[in-house]
Amino acid sequence: MPIQVLMPALSPTMTEGKLANWLKAEGDSVKAGEVLAEIETDKATMEFEAAEDGVLGKILVAAGTEGVAVNTPIALILADGEDASALSSAPAPAAAAPTAAAPVAAAAPAAVPMAPAAPDEKVYTSFKRQTVREALRDAMAEEMRTDPKVFLLGEEVAQYQGAYKVSQGLLEEFGAERVIDTPITEMGFAGLACGAGYAGLKPIVEFMTMNFSMQAIDHVINSAAKTLYMSGGQLECSIVFRGPNGAASRVGAQHSQDYASWYAHCPGLKVLAPWSAADAKGLLKAAIRDPNPVVFLENELLYGQSFDVPDDPDFVLPIGRAKIERAGTHVTITAYSRMVQVALDAAELLKAEGIEAEVINLRSIRPLDIATIVASVKKTNRIVSLEEGWPVAGIGSEIAAVMMEHAFDWLDAPVVRVAGADVPMPYAANLEKLALPQPNQVADAARAVCYRR
Amino acid sequence: MASKKKVGGAAEPTPKELIRYYREMLLIRRFEEKAGQLYGMGLINGFCHLYIGQEAVVVGMQAVAGPADSCITSYRDHGHMLVCGMDPKGVMAELTGRAGGYSRGKGGSMHMFSKEKRFYGGHGIVGAQVPLGAGLGFAHKYTKDGGVAHVYCGDGAVNQGQVYESFNMASLWKLPVVFVIENNKYAMGTSSARHAAGQELYKRGDAYGIPGEPVNGMSIIAVREAAARALEHARSGQGPYILEMNTYRYRGHSMSDPAKYRSKEEVTRMREQHDPIDQMKEKLLADGLITEDGLKEIDRDVKAVVTEAAEFSQTSPEPDVSELWTDILIEA
Repeated sequence: MPIQVLMPALSPTMTEGKLANWLKAEGDSVKAGEVLAEIETDKATMEFEAAEDGVLGKILVAAGTEGVAVNTPIALILADGEDASALSSAPAPAAAAPTAAAPVAAAAPAAVPMAPAAPDEKVYTSFKRQTVREALRDAMAEEMRTDPKVFLLGEEVAQYQGAYKVSQGLLEEFGAERVIDTPITEMGFAGLACGAGYAGLKPIVEFMTMNFSMQAIDHVINSAAKTLYMSGGQLECSIVFRGPNGAASRVGAQHSQDYASWYAHCPGLKVLAPWSAADAKGLLKAAIRDPNPVVFLENELLYGQSFDVPDDPDFVLPIGRAKIERAGTHVTITAYSRMVQVALDAAELLKAEGIEAEVINLRSIRPLDIATIVASVKKTNRIVSLEEGWPVAGIGSEIAAVMMEHAFDWLDAPVVRVAGADVPMPYAANLEKLALPQPNQVADAARAVCYRR
Repeated sequence: MASKKKVGGAAEPTPKELIRYYREMLLIRRFEEKAGQLYGMGLINGFCHLYIGQEAVVVGMQAVAGPADSCITSYRDHGHMLVCGMDPKGVMAELTGRAGGYSRGKGGSMHMFSKEKRFYGGHGIVGAQVPLGAGLGFAHKYTKDGGVAHVYCGDGAVNQGQVYESFNMASLWKLPVVFVIENNKYAMGTSSARHAAGQELYKRGDAYGIPGEPVNGMSIIAVREAAARALEHARSGQGPYILEMNTYRYRGHSMSDPAKYRSKEEVTRMREQHDPIDQMKEKLLADGLITEDGLKEIDRDVKAVVTEAAEFSQTSPEPDVSELWTDILIEA
């Protein structure tokens, strides 16, 4: 039976094309791989090759014909030993490739569904006073002691003991095979760490600051976050990308950016932003144990601050669970990282006026603990979102949208966002202060949603 | 750099091995031709980069690979997967976006993986697989499993900065990595003369003290010899090695590339005078290692495997709609 030659699709978007020219005539012998015809697609003129050996028996679509649909029979090829009489027995056109039927949508009502609540934090009774810096170091050391696959790499993490002294003592305890000074080569060492993660190791990548992670963001997103999905669940990458995030003090625009909203945008990542030393220790331990890629946003200004940390070898915090740092009934304020302190300071200002603010330390930006925020708003009916990052497409924008989806009927006032000024960070002391949210701005926003201004 | 110094080396291939190499190259060729046909029928969509012409490179490398070795490459990856031992049915079904594909239809041509076969993708960002591959080498060294990472990239990728970041770390830390530059002469449509300052890509590691050598990538024998030398170097703790495989792709960069940037004569000359499969076939016949009938049997065999893969790739169902929401995160 002669072989049907069908009009080919020669580009990702082609549905029809012009049969520009036949390069073989009826009766010519053709070999697999030989060019049969030239076809104009929506992009270019392409050569179309024969797939089988034989003789071109009949041309069904003449040269110059436009608008030939993909999969239309355009010629018949006679196989070895067949003669022209076989042409009359040509089969009916083969069924075309299935056009993508409109799939039945899997249910996804709200853009961001409310995740089931993460497990409750355990209650601890014994505490020790620690700086955030020490808590982070202890978290890494404890996990490295229990899991030999965990290692730390980054600029100045070993001999220098960390640019901000976070990895103090780790080289001495774990040696140069597990505490690795890298060259200044963010894209390279982030990619290398992802590859080690594919192979089953558990890297902790320290960016000297998250600002430098922009050099490596392709690996954080394309190589770490997307691989589990692209591999149909086969290839995991358990990795932590950590470092100081946001503004420090007077370091200018290129070293003072908050990346929470950048990374929170991406499925396949978890994004954590601790405030206290307990947050830092409990969340970093959870991040290292987590089988998924985690972006861990620290803050340089918090490194030296001391907090109570549970004195328990099993202390760890659940990912995806916010913490109510201060209970209140009149207005909810959400914040993360250093802004939690700003929110608490604002709450003190408000207290003097008889407004009791409930301050939620988000801790986890992705997944966001929507349940805790909604429960608070059902009580207060008002919410102010506070962040250090820029307002446009920021975490506050996300919280406002989530409130529309999940708490609209409980709101007595529109959601108000307090964010960093929508400018590159200035250097001058007075301008830098103006660019960062201050307690009185947060208090003003709270007064506004309470209609007390 | 003593770029042409030859150390180590492979044992002479046995007749049985030579026949196996022929069969593997033929399998890639027929598989890719079939993929091209299925693309033409609208069954494969999007990006699809065929390996036709370059078969000797991955077959020659894999011929002398060690049991713990790992492999990673860019988006022109179908041949690598087949030679790493992945099932042609699963690869073809991924190309058609079906549930039976290696990534259950969620990855496509450029994104397939097999942890079991130590094949780590399949990466769509030019050059990104190079630091990832250095990381595989890092893991071989860290776990002391004796493996070497085979890290493939094209001539186009060697102008990406992260390739040099990887060369630097791999050499500095003596990572067991062989960087295989598959120089098929064109970075998409830009010839190497137009994209690379200096045509000797095997020297691109000189500044980092990485030995490199040019290899006739159209000859499986030459590839195999060089691969054995490079792998021995990396495996013995001396650090990375660069092999520049001079090869050629007969088809366009991807399916929608009419390849107007090169002459028909150039393609014909490479196909007719340097084809790796034809050369091997002639050698097998000339040395009396196989008969015409024996070759025909391999042909039939390979065709049957490819036909079966193509049929599977069309009968395997599309992924269930619930798959849209799976494999985003591992539940801890």
